[in-house]
Amino acid sequence: MIPGPEHLVILPIVLPLLAGALLLFFNDQERVLKATVSIVTSIALLVISVMLIRVAHFDGTAENGRVVVYLLGNWPPPFAIVLVLDRLAAMMLLLTSVLAIPALIFSIGRWQKAGPHFHTLFLLLLMGLNGSFLTGDLFNLFVFFEVMLAASYGLVLHSSGPQRVRAGLHYIAINLAASLLFLIGVAMIYGVTGTLNMADLAVRIPRVSPESMMMLEAGAGILGIAFLIKAGMWPLAFWLPTTYTAAPAPVAAIMAIMSKVGVYVILRLSLLFFSEETVSAGFGTNALLLGGLATITFGAIGVLASQSLGRLAGFSVLVSSGTLLASLGLFEAGVTAGALLYLVSSTVAISAFFLLIELVERGQDQISNVLAVTVEAFGDEEVDEDFEEEVGVVIPGTLAILGISFGACALLLAGLPPLPGFVAKFVIIDAGMNPGGADGGSVISPSAWWLTAFLILSGLASLISMSRAGIRAFWAPVDAVVPRVLVTEILPIAALLVLTFAITVQAGPIMRYMQATADNLHDPRIYIESVIDAPRAVTPMRETTQ
Amino acid sequence: MELVLSIGIGVLVASGVWLLLRPRTYQVIIGLSLLGYAVNLFIFSMGRLKTNAAPVVQGVDVVDPANFADPIPQALVLTAIVIGFATTALFLVVLLAARGFTGTDHVDGREPER
Repeated sequence: MIPGPEHLVILPIVLPLLAGALLLFFNDQERVLKATVSIVTSIALLVISVMLIRVAHFDGTAENGRVVVYLLGNWPPPFAIVLVLDRLAAMMLLLTSVLAIPALIFSIGRWQKAGPHFHTLFLLLLMGLNGSFLTGDLFNLFVFFEVMLAASYGLVLHSSGPQRVRAGLHYIAINLAASLLFLIGVAMIYGVTGTLNMADLAVRIPRVSPESMMMLEAGAGILGIAFLIKAGMWPLAFWLPTTYTAAPAPVAAIMAIMSKVGVYVILRLSLLFFSEETVSAGFGTNALLLGGLATITFGAIGVLASQSLGRLAGFSVLVSSGTLLASLGLFEAGVTAGALLYLVSSTVAISAFFLLIELVERGQDQISNVLAVTVEAFGDEEVDEDFEEEVGVVIPGTLAILGISFGACALLLAGLPPLPGFVAKFVIIDAGMNPGGADGGSVISPSAWWLTAFLILSGLASLISMSRAGIRAFWAPVDAVVPRVLVTEILPIAALLVLTFAITVQAGPIMRYMQATADNLHDPRIYIESVIDAPRAVTPMRETTQ
Repeated sequence: MELVLSIGIGVLVASGVWLLLRPRTYQVIIGLSLLGYAVNLFIFSMGRLKTNAAPVVQGVDVVDPANFADPIPQALVLTAIVIGFATTALFLVVLLAARGFTGTDHVDGREPER
């Protein structure tokens, strides 16, 4: 009995849930078993999400793709909860599993031993992420958000310590408050429209009477704030760098995509609810644009001011979020396509960067520790080393690999060729400068100019501070102690960076996918029709969708 | 009834927000709980207020929806209560851990300098 492609849709949620629950039965001492199960699960998720991308992209027509609707409970569509797989959801699923595998492999070396139930929490986090991407129901989205957040609370506090507990305290308090805003927004939207199904909402919102529209927009605004807190828009983002810095490296690496979940939901809901045909088309885009630009500014200043690598990475998350939000604020399909590529490349880059930082700082810690003890005892030797310096420095292999990886991260974050950060920014600027296609000849909006300027300046800021941090970490220390690095720790980083290079090489097909995704998002009729017309399964284990 | 409910929600939110902004962790958690209650009542009120109306439709005859309460907000409230309870309990543990590590119940982990 091989389940058809329809049943693949539920697997990204069920698989990590089962695996995570299974691991609870074993003692934490059985590390090999636990690591094996969770890595095998995430590899299975990778395979499934590649299959789902094939279904979503190639099974349907080139223009529309295929939207697979999974009716949980087999109720006729506007009722009960549905899972919806379209190009965007499939892409986010793939990105999640691509980030999960390196983070898990990285954790084998050290982090999985630092506290109980690491793998269970990690798998539940994956379940929450996948569920948020797949669900087609507003309240179900809240539930998956809470699953994801509850797991992330545990992971941020993993291996404990005063700094983590303090950062975790703030993180949890802010997210609890944000969840309450989420609920208020959902309740207000339900109060006006009487439905929670996203596609049904998209049908009903244009028909809402003008006097109720204000309440609906208030609800949508409150809901948006809840997601913007997660995405880290400027006045709501002060928790983010501290939390990401305090989190253990593999956790920070997967949390790089958690801030993108907020962006994903905003992208999905704003284009679904306030598409071009509705009365309040483009509701909130100005707020997104201005907020995004403010976030880029705040992030760039933070990046320049950061003394430690951890905070540098934390503020890079903000720059990335700000760029995405501002690009969405332009409300252009071409810009959205570029923003999607930017989302993928910057998330992979930040994820690799968080893993890398841990290794680099491990070396620095050893330097200071060793110095404190041995400066006096081995004082003469240091002088000898200084003489040898003039002949030439032997760069040990580990340090060279770390340095090259660091350079690649810098290129990605600053958006320089040949890595995809450049391609993505180029597409965003190109589409912003040519509204309505290359031969459209329409007027370039002032906001496109602003976005271009901010994109280039934030890239410059990232480049300056990354070069400074790189020089300080790799060239300045005269008697650098080579950090002890396991193969399982450097390999995931290298794999992520090679992957970004592959994205550049395959930029053509990938960009076509992004463009198709953005077109579907800006014209959500296919999504809505597929959900509303989804046929029920006749008997269990039969075809559920068209 | 509407007035009583809205005043009740308003008082709960006002107290909750005030407590949430206080510097002691215990005040923060009580504030979050009060806000949670207010939000639960708010969700409930979004199904419109009705007295003596059952949320469950019985029988197969054609029914007048006006005689029944909206069951969905009640189901939502139930979910929200469970999730809110769990996260509050988790927050309480973190709060105790922070107290143990820092020796103070200030949210910043240290007493402000006077």
